[in-house]
Amino acid sequence: MLKNLIEIENVSFSYEEEGEPAVKNVSLSIPKGAFYAVLGQNGSGKSTLAKLMNGLYKPSSGTVKVYGMDTADDDKTWEIRQRAGMVFQNPDNQLVATVVKDDVAFGLENIGVPTEDMPARIEQALRDVGMQEFADRSPHHLSGGQKQRVAIAGALAMQSDIIIFDEATAMLDPRGRQEVFSVVQQLNRNRGLTVVWITHYMEEAALADRVFVMHRGEVVLEGTPSEVFSHADILKKCKLRQPPVTEIAENLREKGFDISSGVLTAEDMVREVKRLCASSWKK
Amino acid sequence: MLADITLGQFYPADSFVHKMDPRVKIVLLIVFIVGIFLAKNLIAFIPAVLFVILAARMSRLPVRLLIRSLKPLRFILIFTFILNIFFLQGNLPEGQEPTPVLDWWIIHLTAEGILQALLYSLRLIVLVLGSSLLTLSTSPIALTDGLEMLMTPLKVIRFPAHEIAMMMSIALRFIPTLLEEADKIMKAQTARGADFESGNILKRAKAMIPLLVPLFVSAFRRAGDLAMAMEARCYHGGEGRTRLRVLKCTWRDLWGAAAAVLMVAGCVLISEFVHII
Repeated sequence: MLKNLIEIENVSFSYEEEGEPAVKNVSLSIPKGAFYAVLGQNGSGKSTLAKLMNGLYKPSSGTVKVYGMDTADDDKTWEIRQRAGMVFQNPDNQLVATVVKDDVAFGLENIGVPTEDMPARIEQALRDVGMQEFADRSPHHLSGGQKQRVAIAGALAMQSDIIIFDEATAMLDPRGRQEVFSVVQQLNRNRGLTVVWITHYMEEAALADRVFVMHRGEVVLEGTPSEVFSHADILKKCKLRQPPVTEIAENLREKGFDISSGVLTAEDMVREVKRLCASSWKK
Repeated sequence: MLADITLGQFYPADSFVHKMDPRVKIVLLIVFIVGIFLAKNLIAFIPAVLFVILAARMSRLPVRLLIRSLKPLRFILIFTFILNIFFLQGNLPEGQEPTPVLDWWIIHLTAEGILQALLYSLRLIVLVLGSSLLTLSTSPIALTDGLEMLMTPLKVIRFPAHEIAMMMSIALRFIPTLLEEADKIMKAQTARGADFESGNILKRAKAMIPLLVPLFVSAFRRAGDLAMAMEARCYHGGEGRTRLRVLKCTWRDLWGAAAAVLMVAGCVLISEFVHII
């Protein structure tokens, strides 16, 4: 049984032969069922890393293996891309068809799924992202969040076990972001979908199992969200900030309040404050 | 206003004609056009007119939609009709003189000429109605699918049938997106003082440059993104590709074909045996 679905070893990649590498000597592995986040500013190489994961780019050196298949092997390209789906940043630029149902079918048509198997798989995929009632609509009339959910359904219909989200929420409004993120979280929890979540939103990374922080093509920090976000200095160097709640919690701790480290979300904060109130009542 | 733009002219309805195979409809349109060019006189036109009326009834399309499809044609119709009554004398057998109606100064109108001008106008009208029936009753997807299938035999001579159909469907998908974007750019440029409305044609054409340049840049960026997304979804050309929508010929198509053949036969036979002009 394979433990790590994606295995990246000492990978470097540069767009031009002599140019500065966009990804430098990165090694990481992604186990089955994980929800991993890759965090970084613009130009940190996080999107390049995403495209290395399904063979859209081939590493200049090092190896990328998906399900044990080397992405440099041209015979495996289509199998790798079927296993590792991808959702991109711009919701408009990744839907191909004029009808939602046809768009979900696009990947299935490409990998040669028999016509009679398609409707069931499309319907299931659309239901998994809560878009079943839009099956016959035109993507043009959907909101950004809905379009991204259709793109997710496209990958699910192909029975991808991994979906790589390349800043899939960057162009959405807060509601759309929430909508897409919670669908992905549910798929990860209930379906065991392996998720690679590339983002520059701290709040999203805080909810991942593990976070990788990239800066100038290198992974500079790695660990659970609370480990990573405790390194305020390194994050600052990468032009990233801790999530606002974490920052507030740390400031309070500096002022002498008894707040434990590792506050990442508003819920954590509420819990801590309640605990604090309860203990001061006792006094 | 751009939000409710419809793709093509498709008018969805549940009808005999809507349910016909798009391939058959395209072929029947070609047969129909051949038929109306074989009809040599007004009587021979009766089967063609009957065919259009029958198809229109079976398609359950609102009549006003069909009439509207003739609207862009009104100037050409009037123009050709007027020109034709002045210049046509009718195809008369050797030695037979045309019947004059009006003979004044340089204007010589003949009954035969008027009839023939009518015939030409009718031909145009029926032609446009027939084509509109196809585009109104067939969704753009079905139309591209049908065209792709019809062009498939041409693959033997390396004609890129699949690629052309794919380009057509992507164009259909992006027309509303790009229209919306053009609208946005136009507003942004207007806010910066661009003037798209005043001046002569040359000046207005020049004013389009600040609209077209950003639109093209963005279209190319979209194309790059889309190509990447298509590759990520395993697109590798038409080879080994299956399809969600499979076209099937049914009894409807058989009836349609029979009606079209009857119509063409009618047009040819009447032209052959009835000579009025």
